[in-house]
Amino acid sequence: MAHDPAQLKAWQAATIGIAGAGGLGSNIANLLYRAGVGKLIIADFDRITPSNLNRQFYFQDQIGRLKVEALKENLERIGGNIELSIHPIRVEALNLPELFGEAEILIEAFDRAEEKSMLLEAWTEAFPQKYYIGASGLSGVGRNESIHTEQFGNIYIIGDGCSEPIGNISPISARVTLVAAMQANLALELLLRKEDDNG
Amino acid sequence: MITVNGHRIDWHEGMTIREILQVMKYSFRLLVIKVNGQLVKREAYDSTTVPDEAEVHVIHLMSGG
Repeated sequence: MAHDPAQLKAWQAATIGIAGAGGLGSNIANLLYRAGVGKLIIADFDRITPSNLNRQFYFQDQIGRLKVEALKENLERIGGNIELSIHPIRVEALNLPELFGEAEILIEAFDRAEEKSMLLEAWTEAFPQKYYIGASGLSGVGRNESIHTEQFGNIYIIGDGCSEPIGNISPISARVTLVAAMQANLALELLLRKEDDNG
Repeated sequence: MITVNGHRIDWHEGMTIREILQVMKYSFRLLVIKVNGQLVKREAYDSTTVPDEAEVHVIHLMSGG
Protein backbone atom coordinates (compact mmCIF):
# COMPACT_ATOMS: atom_id res chain seq x y z
CA MET A 1 0.00 0.00 0.00
CA ALA A 2 1.26 3.46 -0.89
CA HIS A 3 -0.11 6.85 -1.85
CA ASP A 4 -1.43 7.29 -5.38
CA PRO A 5 1.72 8.40 -7.30
CA ALA A 6 -0.07 11.22 -9.14
CA GLN A 7 -1.50 12.62 -5.92
CA LEU A 8 1.75 12.21 -4.05
CA LYS A 9 3.52 14.18 -6.79
CA ALA A 10 1.18 17.13 -6.29
CA TRP A 11 1.64 17.03 -2.52
CA GLN A 12 5.41 16.70 -2.72
CA ALA A 13 5.54 19.83 -4.86
CA ALA A 14 3.53 21.85 -2.32
CA THR A 15 4.34 24.17 0.55
CA ILE A 16 1.79 24.60 3.32
CA GLY A 17 1.95 27.08 6.19
CA ILE A 18 0.65 26.21 9.66
CA ALA A 19 0.16 29.12 12.05
CA GLY A 20 0.24 27.64 15.55
CA ALA A 21 1.58 24.32 16.86
CA GLY A 22 -0.93 23.48 19.59
CA GLY A 23 -3.95 21.16 19.55
CA LEU A 24 -4.73 21.94 15.93
CA GLY A 25 -1.31 22.73 14.50
CA SER A 26 0.71 19.84 15.93
CA ASN A 27 -1.86 17.34 14.69
CA ILE A 28 -2.25 19.01 11.28
CA ALA A 29 1.53 18.85 10.85
CA ASN A 30 1.52 15.15 11.71
CA LEU A 31 -1.15 14.44 9.09
CA LEU A 32 0.37 16.54 6.31
CA TYR A 33 3.81 15.11 7.01
CA ARG A 34 2.50 11.58 6.60
CA ALA A 35 0.70 12.56 3.39
CA GLY A 36 4.07 13.61 1.97
CA VAL A 37 3.57 17.37 1.56
CA GLY A 38 6.94 18.66 0.35
CA LYS A 39 7.44 21.54 2.74
CA LEU A 40 5.75 22.65 5.94
CA ILE A 41 6.30 26.10 7.42
CA ILE A 42 5.30 26.09 11.10
CA ALA A 43 5.32 29.06 13.48
CA ASP A 44 4.57 29.15 17.21
CA PHE A 45 6.35 31.05 19.99
CA ASP A 46 5.03 28.84 22.82
CA ARG A 47 6.65 26.17 24.98
CA ILE A 48 5.17 22.80 25.97
CA THR A 49 3.39 22.59 29.33
CA PRO A 50 2.00 19.48 31.07
CA SER A 51 -1.55 20.62 30.25
CA ASN A 52 -0.81 20.38 26.51
CA LEU A 53 -0.28 16.63 26.59
CA ASN A 54 -3.97 15.73 26.71
CA ARG A 55 -4.37 16.73 23.07
CA GLN A 56 -1.18 17.96 21.44
CA PHE A 57 1.40 15.87 19.57
CA TYR A 58 4.10 16.08 22.25
CA PHE A 59 5.54 13.85 24.97
CA GLN A 60 6.19 14.34 28.68
CA ASP A 61 9.96 14.45 28.28
CA GLN A 62 9.48 17.48 26.01
CA ILE A 63 7.84 19.70 28.64
CA GLY A 64 9.44 23.14 28.73
CA ARG A 65 10.77 22.96 25.17
CA LEU A 66 9.75 25.16 22.27
CA LYS A 67 6.79 23.53 20.53
CA VAL A 68 8.16 23.99 17.02
CA GLU A 69 11.46 22.37 17.93
CA ALA A 70 9.84 19.39 19.64
CA LEU A 71 7.39 19.06 16.74
CA LYS A 72 10.21 18.96 14.20
CA GLU A 73 11.88 16.24 16.22
CA ASN A 74 8.67 14.20 16.47
CA LEU A 75 7.86 14.56 12.78
CA GLU A 76 11.36 13.58 11.71
CA ARG A 77 11.04 10.41 13.74
CA ILE A 78 8.28 9.43 11.30
CA GLY A 79 10.86 9.60 8.51
CA GLY A 80 10.54 10.96 4.99
CA ASN A 81 11.90 13.72 2.82
CA ILE A 82 9.75 16.53 4.13
CA GLU A 83 11.31 19.95 4.50
CA LEU A 84 10.39 21.60 7.79
CA SER A 85 10.81 25.32 8.26
CA ILE A 86 10.14 26.16 11.91
CA HIS A 87 9.83 29.59 13.49
CA PRO A 88 9.65 30.04 17.27
CA ILE A 89 8.07 33.50 16.98
CA ARG A 90 4.69 35.14 17.36
CA VAL A 91 2.86 35.47 14.03
CA GLU A 92 1.74 39.03 13.41
CA ALA A 93 0.25 40.95 10.50
CA LEU A 94 3.66 42.50 9.83
CA ASN A 95 5.75 39.32 9.69
CA LEU A 96 3.11 37.11 8.08
CA PRO A 97 4.04 37.78 4.42
CA GLU A 98 7.69 36.99 5.04
CA LEU A 99 6.98 33.94 7.20
CA PHE A 100 4.35 32.27 5.04
CA GLY A 101 4.67 33.99 1.65
CA GLU A 102 6.04 30.84 0.07
CA ALA A 103 3.03 28.73 1.11
CA GLU A 104 0.16 28.21 -1.31
CA ILE A 105 -2.21 27.42 1.54
CA LEU A 106 -2.19 28.84 5.06
CA ILE A 107 -3.81 26.79 7.80
CA GLU A 108 -4.84 28.71 10.90
CA ALA A 109 -4.23 26.74 14.07
CA PHE A 110 -4.49 29.42 16.72
CA ASP A 111 -6.38 29.34 19.98
CA ARG A 112 -7.81 32.83 20.51
CA ALA A 113 -10.48 34.29 18.24
CA GLU A 114 -8.68 37.67 18.21
CA GLU A 115 -5.58 35.99 16.77
CA LYS A 116 -7.64 34.06 14.24
CA SER A 117 -9.25 37.28 13.10
CA MET A 118 -5.87 39.04 12.78
CA LEU A 119 -4.47 36.16 10.73
CA LEU A 120 -7.43 35.93 8.37
CA GLU A 121 -7.41 39.67 7.72
CA ALA A 122 -3.64 39.86 7.24
CA TRP A 123 -3.51 36.83 4.93
CA THR A 124 -6.46 37.96 2.82
CA GLU A 125 -4.91 41.38 2.48
CA ALA A 126 -1.42 40.11 1.60
CA PHE A 127 -2.44 37.16 -0.61
CA PRO A 128 -6.08 37.54 -1.69
CA GLN A 129 -5.65 34.81 -4.33
CA LYS A 130 -4.33 32.14 -1.97
CA TYR A 131 -6.23 29.55 0.07
CA TYR A 132 -6.84 29.95 3.79
CA ILE A 133 -8.20 27.21 6.05
CA GLY A 134 -9.30 28.35 9.50
CA ALA A 135 -10.97 26.70 12.49
CA SER A 136 -13.87 28.07 14.50
CA GLY A 137 -15.71 26.14 17.21
CA LEU A 138 -14.18 22.89 18.44
CA SER A 139 -14.80 22.83 22.19
CA GLY A 140 -16.60 20.08 24.06
CA VAL A 141 -17.15 16.51 23.04
CA GLY A 142 -19.32 14.55 20.60
CA ARG A 143 -21.67 16.32 18.19
CA ASN A 144 -19.77 15.04 15.15
CA GLU A 145 -22.57 16.18 12.90
CA SER A 146 -22.19 19.83 13.93
CA ILE A 147 -18.68 20.10 12.51
CA HIS A 148 -18.76 21.41 8.99
CA THR A 149 -16.87 23.50 6.42
CA GLU A 150 -17.97 26.98 5.38
CA GLN A 151 -16.53 28.47 2.23
CA PHE A 152 -16.17 32.17 1.39
CA GLY A 153 -14.28 32.35 -1.91
CA ASN A 154 -10.86 30.89 -1.16
CA ILE A 155 -11.38 31.13 2.60
CA TYR A 156 -12.58 27.98 4.36
CA ILE A 157 -13.60 27.79 8.03
CA ILE A 158 -14.04 24.41 9.73
CA GLY A 159 -15.72 23.70 13.07
CA ASP A 160 -19.12 23.87 14.71
CA GLY A 161 -19.06 27.67 14.44
CA CYS A 162 -20.51 28.14 17.92
CA SER A 163 -18.65 26.43 20.79
CA GLU A 164 -15.97 28.20 22.83
CA PRO A 165 -13.74 27.03 25.69
CA ILE A 166 -15.27 27.65 29.12
CA GLY A 167 -12.88 28.83 31.84
CA ASN A 168 -9.85 26.61 32.14
CA ILE A 169 -11.37 23.61 30.40
CA SER A 170 -9.16 22.50 27.53
CA PRO A 171 -10.46 21.24 24.20
CA ILE A 172 -10.90 17.46 24.07
CA SER A 173 -8.33 15.61 22.01
CA ALA A 174 -10.85 13.76 19.83
CA ARG A 175 -12.82 16.85 18.84
CA VAL A 176 -9.89 19.23 18.27
CA THR A 177 -8.10 16.53 16.28
CA LEU A 178 -11.25 15.96 14.25
CA VAL A 179 -11.19 19.60 13.17
CA ALA A 180 -7.42 19.41 12.59
CA ALA A 181 -7.93 16.35 10.38
CA MET A 182 -10.62 18.12 8.38
CA GLN A 183 -8.31 21.10 7.86
CA ALA A 184 -5.50 18.83 6.68
CA ASN A 185 -7.88 16.78 4.51
CA LEU A 186 -9.19 19.92 2.81
CA ALA A 187 -5.64 21.23 2.22
CA LEU A 188 -4.72 17.98 0.46
CA GLU A 189 -7.86 18.19 -1.67
CA LEU A 190 -7.17 21.81 -2.64
CA LEU A 191 -3.64 20.90 -3.74
CA LEU A 192 -5.07 18.31 -6.13
CA ARG A 193 -7.65 20.77 -7.40
CA LYS A 194 -4.88 23.26 -8.11
CA GLU A 195 -3.08 20.54 -10.03
CA ASP A 196 -6.21 19.96 -12.13
CA ASP A 197 -6.54 23.68 -12.84
CA ASN A 198 -2.97 23.78 -14.12
CA GLY A 199 -3.83 20.92 -16.47
CA MET B 1 -31.86 43.41 -2.12
CA ILE B 2 -28.51 42.11 -0.98
CA THR B 3 -27.33 38.63 0.00
CA VAL B 4 -25.88 38.04 3.46
CA ASN B 5 -24.52 34.53 4.04
CA GLY B 6 -27.00 33.25 1.50
CA HIS B 7 -30.03 35.13 2.94
CA ARG B 8 -31.72 37.80 0.80
CA ILE B 9 -32.41 41.00 2.76
CA ASP B 10 -33.80 44.44 1.87
CA TRP B 11 -31.32 47.08 0.80
CA HIS B 12 -31.48 50.86 0.97
CA GLU B 13 -29.19 53.61 -0.31
CA GLY B 14 -26.37 54.29 2.16
CA MET B 15 -26.79 50.98 4.03
CA THR B 16 -23.73 50.38 6.22
CA ILE B 17 -22.08 47.20 7.43
CA ARG B 18 -23.20 48.08 10.96
CA GLU B 19 -26.86 48.22 9.83
CA ILE B 20 -26.56 44.86 8.12
CA LEU B 21 -25.18 43.30 11.31
CA GLN B 22 -28.14 44.76 13.23
CA VAL B 23 -30.69 43.52 10.69
CA MET B 24 -29.13 40.05 10.78
CA LYS B 25 -28.89 40.18 14.60
CA TYR B 26 -25.23 39.15 14.39
CA SER B 27 -23.78 39.91 17.80
CA PHE B 28 -20.72 37.66 17.78
CA ARG B 29 -17.66 39.33 19.23
CA LEU B 30 -15.36 38.51 16.35
CA LEU B 31 -16.42 38.72 12.80
CA VAL B 32 -14.67 38.88 9.49
CA ILE B 33 -16.71 40.56 6.78
CA LYS B 34 -16.34 40.49 3.03
CA VAL B 35 -18.41 42.55 0.62
CA ASN B 36 -18.22 41.41 -3.01
CA GLY B 37 -15.01 39.61 -2.14
CA GLN B 38 -13.38 42.63 -0.49
CA LEU B 39 -12.48 42.52 3.18
CA VAL B 40 -13.98 45.28 5.34
CA LYS B 41 -11.91 46.21 8.36
CA ARG B 42 -13.52 46.41 11.78
CA GLU B 43 -12.99 50.14 12.13
CA ALA B 44 -14.84 50.73 8.86
CA TYR B 45 -18.15 49.01 9.75
CA ASP B 46 -19.88 52.35 10.36
CA SER B 47 -18.40 54.16 7.37
CA THR B 48 -18.63 51.42 4.73
CA THR B 49 -21.79 51.37 2.65
CA VAL B 50 -22.75 48.45 0.45
CA PRO B 51 -24.14 48.68 -3.09
CA ASP B 52 -27.43 47.11 -4.15
CA GLU B 53 -27.13 43.41 -5.05
CA ALA B 54 -24.00 43.12 -2.90
CA GLU B 55 -22.84 39.71 -1.80
CA VAL B 56 -21.94 39.92 1.90
CA HIS B 57 -20.18 37.19 3.84
CA VAL B 58 -20.00 37.35 7.62
CA ILE B 59 -17.65 34.84 9.24
CA HIS B 60 -17.86 34.15 12.99
CA LEU B 61 -14.66 33.25 14.77
CA MET B 62 -14.78 31.31 18.03
CA SER B 63 -11.78 30.68 20.28
CA GLY B 64 -10.30 27.21 20.74
CA GLY B 65 -7.50 25.33 19.13
